Amino acid sequence: MPELELLDYGGGNLGSLRRCLERLGWSFALVTQPSGDRPLILPGVGAFGAVMAGLSEVRLRLGEILREGTPYLGICVGLQILLQSSQESPGVEGLGLIEGEVVRFQAPKVPQMGWNDVQARQSGWPEGFVYFVNSYYAQPVDPTAVLYQAEYHGLFCAAIRQKNLTAFQFHPEKSGAFGEQLLRHWKEQL
Amino acid sequence: MGLCHRIIPCLDVADGQTVKGIKFQNLRAMGDPVELGLMYQRQGADELMFLDISASNEGRITMLSVVERVADNLSIPFSVGGGVNSLETAQRLLRCGADKISINTAAVERPDLIREIAQPCGSQCCIVAIDARRAANGWEVLTHGGRRSSGRDALEWGRQAADLGAGEILLTSWDQDGTRAGFDLELTRAFAEALTIPIIASGGGSGPDSFADVFRLGKADAALAASIFHEGEWTVRALKERLAGKVSVRYPC
Repeated sequence: MPELELLDYGGGNLGSLRRCLERLGWSFALVTQPSGDRPLILPGVGAFGAVMAGLSEVRLRLGEILREGTPYLGICVGLQILLQSSQESPGVEGLGLIEGEVVRFQAPKVPQMGWNDVQARQSGWPEGFVYFVNSYYAQPVDPTAVLYQAEYHGLFCAAIRQKNLTAFQFHPEKSGAFGEQLLRHWKEQL
Repeated sequence: MGLCHRIIPCLDVADGQTVKGIKFQNLRAMGDPVELGLMYQRQGADELMFLDISASNEGRITMLSVVERVADNLSIPFSVGGGVNSLETAQRLLRCGADKISINTAAVERPDLIREIAQPCGSQCCIVAIDARRAANGWEVLTHGGRRSSGRDALEWGRQAADLGAGEILLTSWDQDGTRAGFDLELTRAFAEALTIPIIASGGGSGPDSFADVFRLGKADAALAASIFHEGEWTVRALKERLAGKVSVRYPC
């Protein structure tokens, strides 16, 4: 029995994350319906609205199991969909599990593309450089939900951790040895 | 620290083998792109560029399996360029695990190709490579690996490429390429100031000073080089060690 589930909702680019999990030697099942029995990983690539549209069939179930406490790891747009809405796709509702909005960077160059260093806002999490490609970032209302912050023309939320929900705005699967360390750290906390 | 300037070693690949000036002795297979890619990853490369210079269809097909093996083994982003001339080719490379593709001549010949790739795949994975050479007034665009002049103004083309959805510009100075005389700072700065997408400077990279200059004075977001790394003159780590404190780089790495 695989230890994890990787949610395939059609739109996401599962390729690089799947390869990364294989390098780590983790066993996982690719699922189109999350069971709620195992920790769930959701990578998100593309626009907020497109990811939510891809999730439309599993949206209710997803919200339900995450509220019930299934451990979750969201990556990139997999973080953003936890919030209530995004400036990228006005009118599209997020899962709303974290109160707040996803907003666009006010910077001369958008997207932010490349390596940036993250500072931990919760204890026990290591600090280092990670790889970002994002035009938008989450603004959770509750500051204690922020796991990492980083600086790009102002401080922004680079990761969230609240109860069973953990989510990275950056790409741990493309962040070298440190990215793999972060994934292992998440799994050790389960 | 904020966003770091990226250092990107470039590997030329023909028929599945790395070519050109590889002088390392301690690799099991010196010509294996995956082995070399892993070595640069360990050295602290921020990203890699694989340029397919195969002349044959067989070579292009071999490249797909190279891309797949690179994706399986590396944990940093990498781009693939060379011969990408359609959405189909781009998607095939992306499906094999490339994070970005780079287009050059095909985009000059048919600019709409940029939009065709950027719309379904996302701008972030669409690099437009521009080979620029100094002209009487500004810089002109060269195509076909620098062999032909397109008669187009490079900066104008850069603006158009960005408007069509390019996510980054890989800007090679044909005057500086291979000279080790430093990057063309004026060219790089002209692009960096005119465009709002990242500029990867290329051509002329030598020691740490040339990289510090192209980041500080040329305002490049990233810099690409080949021979200084392949010939063992500088490891990426040694280069970054010298740059750290002067410009933001991912170090220690």
